[in-house]
Amino acid sequence: MYVIIVGAGEVGRYLGKELLNSGNEVLMIERDHSICEELGEELGSVFLCGDGCEVALLTKAGVARADMFIAVTDQDDDNLAACQIAKQKFHVPEVIAKVNSPKNEHIFAKLGIDHTVDRVSLVLEHIKLQIPMFPLIHLLSLKDRGLELVLVRILEHSPAAGKAVKDLSLPDGSVVSLILRMGQECVVPATDAMLEVGDQLVCSIPSGSEEIVRTGLSVPA
Amino acid sequence: MNVTIMGCGRVGAELAHLLDAEGHKVTIIDTDATSFEKLPADFGGVALLGRATDEEELEKANIRQCDAFVAVTREDDKNAMAAQIAKEIFEVPRVICRVYDPLREEFYESLGLEAISPTGLFARLIKERLEK
Repeated sequence: MYVIIVGAGEVGRYLGKELLNSGNEVLMIERDHSICEELGEELGSVFLCGDGCEVALLTKAGVARADMFIAVTDQDDDNLAACQIAKQKFHVPEVIAKVNSPKNEHIFAKLGIDHTVDRVSLVLEHIKLQIPMFPLIHLLSLKDRGLELVLVRILEHSPAAGKAVKDLSLPDGSVVSLILRMGQECVVPATDAMLEVGDQLVCSIPSGSEEIVRTGLSVPA
Repeated sequence: MNVTIMGCGRVGAELAHLLDAEGHKVTIIDTDATSFEKLPADFGGVALLGRATDEEELEKANIRQCDAFVAVTREDDKNAMAAQIAKEIFEVPRVICRVYDPLREEFYESLGLEAISPTGLFARLIKERLEK
């Protein structure tokens, strides 16, 4: 696979190395000359020094034959411009953008970039996973299916405690796929399994229904 | 006409001044407060410190009431992103953005923006003069 990466910061570099190690053709585009020198010493000639949003440079990079284009600079406007050009001008089949400000994710989607990685939210959710008082944590977005994988904690006074799985008020299309209970093995829940305070549920829920799940399952009114 | 201008450089400040002098309602946004020093002393519009690539800050600048949005910062990508937010999210009727990269001018036109490349424009202008 031919993969082009714009931005050789931490993310770009590690990603580039992993893709190279798994036998892909990789080209990294980086504006900063000193970073380019480092790249050259470390990885050889797998980079192009310049602006990854410039049509002339992208043409030279062979974007037209790329299978995947990934923009991971620290500037959202650069990531947007690079991905839009790759997708709409050069018709790269798979385009992924890093979004640095969570506010911009829906803007990227509206402007045709469907595959985004929201850096801040990812870190935030991982931190919340370590803090027991948060009732709902995003694990994964399955955007093409319109689903979110979430972890729900049954905290004290939760309206879900003492209820059976089938009696939970979850939005249509939700599935409780796993119950994690302290000191017990993970179980795929039967519909009549009773929930207790301290349980953690792994659920898939329709995108956009987090608030309903949060209020219905976790936080007492 | 109610116009929002992003970028108070030489072009932005001059455009703000021209429109304001003709009685249009002008809001100019820049991330650098000192850039507003380029505005004339009698400028009657609003100068706002902020980033026009930020949806909330555009909202604060009353972009919804705008008839036209003009993006003329030094950076092509910022201009293009702000212009697309103005057009696609806030549905501003006219959106014009400056794009230095002449090859990108065509591309943004294909996305429905009015893109102007000073590079191409100026080169053509000089060529015309020479041929006179």
